[in-house]
Amino acid sequence: MSAEQSAGQTALLEFRKVNTHYGAVHILKDVDLAIYPGELVCLLGGNASGKTTTLKTLLGMVIPTSGEVVFDGEVVNHQPTSYRVANGVTMVPENRRLFKRLSVKENLVLGAYLRKDKDDIEADLEYVYELFPRVKERLNQKSGTLSGGEQQMVAIGRALMSRPKVLLMDEPSMGLAPALVQQNFELIQQINDEGMAIFMVEQNANMALSIADRGWVLQTGMVVLNDTAEALLANPEMRAAYLGEA
Amino acid sequence: MSASATPAWFQLDWRRVGRWGGLCALGIVLVSLIGMPVGLDRRIIIEGRLSLGYLALIWMPLLFGYLVPKRIVLEGVENPDPGIRDVLAGLCAGVLAGLGPLLLILGIDNFNLRKPLVNWSPQLLELLTFGRGIGYGVAVWFAICAVLGLVGSSMHVLPANVRRVVSFIAYGLLFISVLEAAIDDLSEGFGLESLTDAMYARRGGLTVKFSIILAVVIGVLSIVTKGRVKGAANHYKGLQGAERKRASMLLFSGVTALCIVLPMFLGMIMNELLANVGLFLLLALGLNIVVGLAGILDLGYVAFFAVGGYTTAVLTSAESPFFTPELHFGFALIVVVAMAGLTGLVIGAPVIRMRGDYLAIVTLGFGEIIRLLFMSDWLKPYFGGAQGITNVPHVDLGFAVVKGTDPRSVFYMVLVLCVLAVYVSWRLQGSRLGRAWMAIREDEQVAEAMGINTVNAKLMAFVVGAMMAAVSGAVLAAKVGSVFPNSFMILVSIIILVVVIVGGMGNIAGVLVGSFVLIGVLGGPRQPGLLQEFQSYKLLIYGALLVFMMLKRPEGLVPSARRSQELHQEEFLQDAWLKGEDHDIEEAAEAAAAVGGSEGTGDQA
Repeated sequence: MSAEQSAGQTALLEFRKVNTHYGAVHILKDVDLAIYPGELVCLLGGNASGKTTTLKTLLGMVIPTSGEVVFDGEVVNHQPTSYRVANGVTMVPENRRLFKRLSVKENLVLGAYLRKDKDDIEADLEYVYELFPRVKERLNQKSGTLSGGEQQMVAIGRALMSRPKVLLMDEPSMGLAPALVQQNFELIQQINDEGMAIFMVEQNANMALSIADRGWVLQTGMVVLNDTAEALLANPEMRAAYLGEA
Repeated sequence: MSASATPAWFQLDWRRVGRWGGLCALGIVLVSLIGMPVGLDRRIIIEGRLSLGYLALIWMPLLFGYLVPKRIVLEGVENPDPGIRDVLAGLCAGVLAGLGPLLLILGIDNFNLRKPLVNWSPQLLELLTFGRGIGYGVAVWFAICAVLGLVGSSMHVLPANVRRVVSFIAYGLLFISVLEAAIDDLSEGFGLESLTDAMYARRGGLTVKFSIILAVVIGVLSIVTKGRVKGAANHYKGLQGAERKRASMLLFSGVTALCIVLPMFLGMIMNELLANVGLFLLLALGLNIVVGLAGILDLGYVAFFAVGGYTTAVLTSAESPFFTPELHFGFALIVVVAMAGLTGLVIGAPVIRMRGDYLAIVTLGFGEIIRLLFMSDWLKPYFGGAQGITNVPHVDLGFAVVKGTDPRSVFYMVLVLCVLAVYVSWRLQGSRLGRAWMAIREDEQVAEAMGINTVNAKLMAFVVGAMMAAVSGAVLAAKVGSVFPNSFMILVSIIILVVVIVGGMGNIAGVLVGSFVLIGVLGGPRQPGLLQEFQSYKLLIYGALLVFMMLKRPEGLVPSARRSQELHQEEFLQDAWLKGEDHDIEEAAEAAAAVGGSEGTGDQA
């Protein structure tokens, strides 16, 4: 975390010494995280390292046993998911998980479920169409019939419809063909360039770090590395463990 | 090689022929042994020629003959060159099917299995041999099956126009003769007895002369109307905005007028039947919200029906054990709705956090618990135990009295309530809550991540569904004049579920059609339908229909409006192809022509 950020701005999202348990199993151990406006950060880690639990804790689907989850300076430990979504986080789920039998438009509108400002919703729809012209062509089609890449666009569009301050992305490269992974990461970068803070959970460390500003590495529930993307890419430990170099 | 010696038209898919022919033979044996032919023999379709009992057997070779040559439909293009080969396949399957009657005839003649198989009877033998001896019977059955298999398969070879006319005539005649009672009833109302007297023979069934006349009339009609109906429907679907609204209003007022005027010309039986359809439609609309929209598989839905019935009985009946003031039905209805909402909350709260199968099992249990509570000795001072509560008064509306002995009045009341329920369902479907329900149905976790309070939304679905069921129960109590625990068996839940599934889940029009087809034609759990003869086979038919629908047409009889309106034809085709759904050649060809190539299909493949 660079000095200017911690001095100048409050974090949009923050974990302060967060611990979570599933029954007796200790998942996250004293995790500290912070995401600042406009950043693209990624959380890396292998299987069972606690990546998904981190996301669930952020969204309020898992309640931490100790520590604080902070949104924009406000402790939200016991606020329900709906409150958190209304206050600026939305997730693009792993494997997109669109509402398959609903139309593309309905998917998008459901993204804005908690919002009551009809005119602004219309404006945001237009924004999504502008971002993804292909989505506009398919508005009345059932989302399950779209191709993988188009589904990804709808999933991102659906998340954007809630006007998040931070977009959470769960494994955006999962289940996509290599060419589409590339395209998908370009999309993410594009949205980030427009000023959206993005928190991305990924296994594909190389790819993620190539577009991220900063990264954390989780290992069995503990943050073992926390640095800028360039530094992580250069880190020999990192290279050995996650970047596929001996 | 020997294969080269056999001519092309003889190269059949023998495995397929064997499988379908064998299945058909088995089907004939099965249908015979459940007693359909003998049981339905007295119901005549065409005087002196055909009874419903024989029809129950001979539809099978016809259908299987039709199915044998059917190839997998690839991208909407069916079997490219139907030819003599297909007809031959149908013939062979038909001959194989003849093994069914053969087995039965020889079996019944030589062994006595009446103990385990009630219908292993001399009557069945008599029927199968046409009373003319075994040799004759076997020969005739082989001939019948072969010819019908041939006719069925030749449907593929005939030009589309001829096929259309033939099937219209067949369905039309079947329809007119099977619905004899209803048509009689109607014609009496309109003063057309002389026509029906000429049409139907004295002992039932169409007269031969009139079946020929009718066949000609239907044939001509089918040629005249060709494409008109579909054209009108497409025109309606193509309408936009205000125009569409006007067309919808026109359609709606037409249907309303029909609903109001028609019962005046109908007799007791038909009105009773319509009232029953309405009662079950109310139930189905409620369950449609729970199962169809919110995706909560509630198998104990009958509980709310019972709550509605009992609340009404307790509040309005003079004989209810502990509540003596007789309230007016209107007041009772308000309490009923409130009670149903409350019960929905109480049952729903613990159940709603469960998912899928678990939820289904727990609701099944709750449904039984409620019935057992009403039946229990413990609550006898309140609900009368197994004797129930009798003497529920008629509904006095001031300008009219609704009572069970006047089914027309019941129908009108049910009609009003149904219209209300349809309106509520329709509004809910398009509302924010409706969208939340659909999101939950599709993916509960993601719905939650979108900020939807899934527990509350699901509870709301439960409560709204409960209210509709309770209103239906209230009307039932007033109509029958009494409530008994045994009117609220688990079977009611199941049948309503079947209505919703067969009609089309999450689709109001589908539920309407489902109620009419299942409750109106086949009958409810205790209520007779148009086909009273099928009374004892009702559950079997329900089950078979359910299995068939789940396999072949999971979206229901009426594909949801969403599908037909919003999907482009190409996606529809893709879907159909992915699901292996069968289509008419005609329809598929039209669609293929509209697509003009297979662009856009690549994404899915």
